Amino acid sequence: MATLHTRSAARLMIAPSVLLLLAWMIVPLAMTIYFSLLRYNLLMPGMEEFAGLSNYTYFLTDPAFFQAIFNTLAIVLGVLFITVVGGIALALLLDQPMFGQGIVRILVIAPFLIMPTVAALVWKNMFMNPVNGLFAWVAKLVGLQPYDFLANAPLVSIIIIVAWQWLPFATLILLTALQSLDEEQKEAAQMDGAGAWSRFFYLVLPHLSRAITVVILIQTIFLLSVFAEILVTTNGGPGTQSTNLTFLVYAQALLQFDVGGASAGGIIAVILANIVAFFLMRMIGKTLEA
Amino acid sequence: MARNVSTRRKLVVTVVAWTVGILIFFPILWTFLTSFKTEAQAIASPPSLLFFDWTTENYHEVQSRSDYFKHFMNSVVVSFGSTLLGLVIAIPSAWAMAFAPTKRTKDVLMWMLSTKMMPPVGVLVPMYLMFRNTGLLDTRTGLVIVLTLINLPIIIWMLYTYFKEIPGEILEAARMDGASLSKEIIYVLTPMAIPGIASTLLLNIILAWNEAFWTLNLSAAKAAPLTAFIASYSSPEGLFYAKLSAASTMAIAPILILGWFSQKQLVRGLTFGAVK
Repeated sequence: MATLHTRSAARLMIAPSVLLLLAWMIVPLAMTIYFSLLRYNLLMPGMEEFAGLSNYTYFLTDPAFFQAIFNTLAIVLGVLFITVVGGIALALLLDQPMFGQGIVRILVIAPFLIMPTVAALVWKNMFMNPVNGLFAWVAKLVGLQPYDFLANAPLVSIIIIVAWQWLPFATLILLTALQSLDEEQKEAAQMDGAGAWSRFFYLVLPHLSRAITVVILIQTIFLLSVFAEILVTTNGGPGTQSTNLTFLVYAQALLQFDVGGASAGGIIAVILANIVAFFLMRMIGKTLEA
Repeated sequence: MARNVSTRRKLVVTVVAWTVGILIFFPILWTFLTSFKTEAQAIASPPSLLFFDWTTENYHEVQSRSDYFKHFMNSVVVSFGSTLLGLVIAIPSAWAMAFAPTKRTKDVLMWMLSTKMMPPVGVLVPMYLMFRNTGLLDTRTGLVIVLTLINLPIIIWMLYTYFKEIPGEILEAARMDGASLSKEIIYVLTPMAIPGIASTLLLNIILAWNEAFWTLNLSAAKAAPLTAFIASYSSPEGLFYAKLSAASTMAIAPILILGWFSQKQLVRGLTFGAVK
């Protein structure tokens, strides 16, 4: 009897969370799908009409859409490359015995705790600005022309800013994983005459593979939706050179007031994210069993 | 001999690691220093690292010109409000799933997590319209609701992984001694769960404080938390580096301190327990 009582109590306790998340998941998403089939502009209220899949064909044939897909992938892959390679290097470095390890750790983690708008504006103005930025001063110091990062290489600049924010995340997780590596194993490999490189490739890297996968998947989820960094630095420009899918949908909805088109874009973003999420969920699901 | 070599190696590693650490931290340090300069000094060439006339004028000006404190309080209310509300909803759920698991518990957990994978733009349009039609646009209440919902899966997951580590026998013993369910939760579970709950609280305040999609899109002048307030510096008039730095320093300092205290929990919470 007690278990039966417990079980119904348990169900009652889980219910609020499940219902809330269910509502959060289904209601807006269903509305987005519905809107995506309408010709619906906020500037022309009362003119909504069924439009079939025309919003999708509009979106999928818009050159800005392909630029946005390319930019989205470039941001995801660029940041992943920098943070994973840099994160492994930093984790290996921080794992060595040194003086003041705790303080160095704190310094390295810091960028992850900075709100995106602050990070982006500090980089944009105080570092990348072609007149007053520190980079311009350094360039002049060594006799080079100052470079207007955000005007000439907007996408690369955004990748640098976002990578700076996510490098600590990769480092922290890889360092945690590294510290769970058995010291004796490393010593045994060393005794057997394995050099630093072969120890790295045959012992450390395989040990880290799980953590690396987790880093890649979780970062991908967030990087697909980079928004604030673009909004405050380039506003998607020049033109659409630094517009990713998230920013394109935002611009369509809140700047063009095209509810139908933006919704179609949103659904495409959901489909893209689901492909990534599928792999991430399988990965986390496995750890639940372990 | 061997000891000698290792000390030298340690020194080299120390120098390299500190250099890298300071380089990575430098933008934050530079922001902090610039916040104490005058606007003219902030863009002076060559820039000065430490030897300038330190002034706190920017901090006063940011407050008097744009009512900084209001936005700061918006951030506090929204991040603490959404985290506490999330905890109230999540604690019973996580408890139930950790101590009375059924065949479906794992699926429910995975499903909850999957809601986190939905890109926010997928629901931006309906959320914006619903908020506009119900008057929730640009209100703290609206932001609390949205942030509670987006962080709820992480809160439940973190609590679940912590609760799982509490030995079930202790709860059974309490039950045998005749403790009712509510007593069991209040007197037995809660004290043991406090560390886990505190870690969850900390991480979620950090996440909510820095959240910059919904806060930017669903707030304007009135309820704008610091993320949105700082964003207003993207199209400034006149010299503003020192003021931007002062506003930024105040916006990031509390979270930097919180975050440094919760490094371990950060890893655990952000990887949903996949890396501990």
